[in-house]
Amino acid sequence: MDNDRIDQIIEKHHGEASSLIQVLLEIQSENNWLPKEALERIGERLCVPLTRIQHIATFYKAFSLVPKGRHGIHICMGTACHVRGAKRVLDTVQDMTGIKPGETDLDMKFSLETVNCLGCCALGPVMEIDGKTYGKVVPGETANVLKNYE
Amino acid sequence: MSRINSPSELEEFRKGILLKRDPNKPCITLCSGSACHASGSGEVAASLEAEIEKQGLRDKVDIRRTGCHGFCERGPIIVIHPDEICYFQIKPEDVPDIISQTIMEKKVIERLLYTDPVTKEKIIHESEIPFYKNQKRLVFGSNGSIDPKSIDDYLAIGGYSALAKAFSEMSAEAVLGEVKKSNLRGRGGGGFPAGRKWEGSRNAPEPIKYVIVNADEGDPGAYMDRALLEGNPHAILEGLTLGAYAIGAHEGYIYVRQEYPLAVENVHIAIRQAEAYGFLGKNILGSGFDFKVIVHQGAGAFVCGESTALMTALEGRAGEPRPKYVRSNIVGLWGRPSVLNNVETWANVPLIINKGADWFTQFGTEGSKGTKIFSLVGKITNTGLVEVPMGTHLRDIIFKIGGGIPGGRKFKAVQTGGPSGGCIPEELLDLEVGFDELTKAGSMMGSGGMIVLDEDTCMVDVSRYFIEFLTDESCGKCTPCREGLRQMLKILTNITEGKGREGDIELLEALSETAIEASLCALGKSAPNPFLSTLRYFRNEYEAHIREKRCPALSCKELIAYHIDPAKCQACMICFKKCPAEAIVGGKNKIHVVDQEKCTKCGTCFEACPPRFSAVQKISGEPVPSPIPEEERMITRKGKEK
Repeated sequence: MDNDRIDQIIEKHHGEASSLIQVLLEIQSENNWLPKEALERIGERLCVPLTRIQHIATFYKAFSLVPKGRHGIHICMGTACHVRGAKRVLDTVQDMTGIKPGETDLDMKFSLETVNCLGCCALGPVMEIDGKTYGKVVPGETANVLKNYE
Repeated sequence: MSRINSPSELEEFRKGILLKRDPNKPCITLCSGSACHASGSGEVAASLEAEIEKQGLRDKVDIRRTGCHGFCERGPIIVIHPDEICYFQIKPEDVPDIISQTIMEKKVIERLLYTDPVTKEKIIHESEIPFYKNQKRLVFGSNGSIDPKSIDDYLAIGGYSALAKAFSEMSAEAVLGEVKKSNLRGRGGGGFPAGRKWEGSRNAPEPIKYVIVNADEGDPGAYMDRALLEGNPHAILEGLTLGAYAIGAHEGYIYVRQEYPLAVENVHIAIRQAEAYGFLGKNILGSGFDFKVIVHQGAGAFVCGESTALMTALEGRAGEPRPKYVRSNIVGLWGRPSVLNNVETWANVPLIINKGADWFTQFGTEGSKGTKIFSLVGKITNTGLVEVPMGTHLRDIIFKIGGGIPGGRKFKAVQTGGPSGGCIPEELLDLEVGFDELTKAGSMMGSGGMIVLDEDTCMVDVSRYFIEFLTDESCGKCTPCREGLRQMLKILTNITEGKGREGDIELLEALSETAIEASLCALGKSAPNPFLSTLRYFRNEYEAHIREKRCPALSCKELIAYHIDPAKCQACMICFKKCPAEAIVGGKNKIHVVDQEKCTKCGTCFEACPPRFSAVQKISGEPVPSPIPEEERMITRKGKEK
């Protein structure tokens, strides 16, 4: 992500230090992760020390300080999904991809994350890949779903 | 669109909208809330548009994409007005029939109707379906009839009339007085009387004040705030503006989770529209009152749902709570008086102003007035959002509205109040829901999550689950919460893995006490609740795990084994083929056996085994029977002998 684009985003938020989180969110959503250079640029422009940016980038779950895979798998671990067997879905996906929540595989194909509630409790257990929701997931069928992603 | 400059102009404008609308013209409302969207309402909408275009009916029928209708179990949902014909689980293939039969020929399509599970009767109208019939939808009801992206839809149902009424007939004190009189209590969890909170801010000397919407709905299994914000954002804006008027604030914030993209989008659209019409901005409705609203997206931290943490996050910092020696309605955001209420609380305000506190207080119990939206999820037949008057019995919510437990399983408990809430067992099902009633039973109202648990749910695991959630979400500021919860999680995990020891329960109790006594904010103070309430009602389950290494609900993976009963196995190959670990030994006409070494306990075989055989069993607390010898595994089928 180049500095011009970062500057644009900062401008949009009037360069105020209080909009730090909003600026980071926008960069995260465009770039999928927060490179160190971007954080340094933000620090300079908003006059916020890098320690505080790091604090925020690690405190909130939306931010990632490492690059993400091509496909993001989100497994809902909300209570409704949990009691309907989300843990078993997660275990199967972990076995299949060889990665744990928060990790990305070496081919940069999948990043696995758990989320606390997607609010589709009627469909639980729910798995979401690249924004597409798979409801009433049966562990034995996850292999068929993952196969479709390159 | 030009600005509306006075309450009377608003009424004129509203009349104009209504005149343009023919109440007899068919209108197809399609639920486009997040849950229905996930079950395919986007495709249905596209197919509706295409079919109407194809049949040349553009002028004869309206399509309205609404917010959540609440009956998420049966989504995507279509309701056709004015006849109120209600169809469920619509697929794009059903659309041509809906247009040609129901719209053109006024015929009802039987197969898309709701079938009463008891009487097997087909029900045509939404209001006659038991799920809806037993609710009282004061706040949530409009969701099904308006397009959240259209301010005119909101105006058509009387939107912004409370604001007009306040500006033309009521002083700021009178608005505050009405809310105080209504005894509206905060719907976000605490249940603090909104009027008292507002009064504190109003009387605070600092001239600059703020009003804030807490839409950081983080409780897993609760999504009523999202449904309101997605489906009826103007109601929240109107409530917020009334609050600002009452306390004298000119700036408001909506703190909404970025995990709710549709809510963020709809709220932005609503603000732009309200500004264009003059319901927000300078000199609102010619009253001289100025008010602007700013949206702040949360970046994913459960603790930010706590009021002081949320304000810290609004200031652009890590959302850690601060001590409440001085309440945030006196010293809040940027050190100024700030009224923070939850989405549902704000949505109640226009109703109270429009219809009066006396109308509002006729619903509910002595201590809890009005209605409450609950999100009824888990092991329940009708998953969805339900709004009932306070004081409704839990049993009615779960069985009359929720339709009971699916699959003929037995009810065990209902978990209310989110991660910091508690579990309520069957013997207390006749409890009336209300802030004080739930607290007395060892749980709490919270934001209104209601997770139904059946006999297959392990209560120790439920408690471990919530403590794990809270350990992960603890901001780390206070040691009893940061470290105490971590230790509690370790012990609870050990118990569910069969490594529990005598004395664990007492140790957990001691850790709980410290967290309650010595944490700063509500997250830490209430974190031990899931453990304490499950212990209170289900102590025997803890003891079975610790002493007998047995999970009575047959749910804890480390304590169970899957076994195929050789007397019941029909060697049908279904589980054999489905097992992702290839842990099933057997073949055609050869009784299947689970290879315990390879088995990952994913449960696929248990679910795959046809109910008429039910050969796969879960075993806990006793050794797995050794497999029958190879030579006895062949099955000779009757009538098939050659």
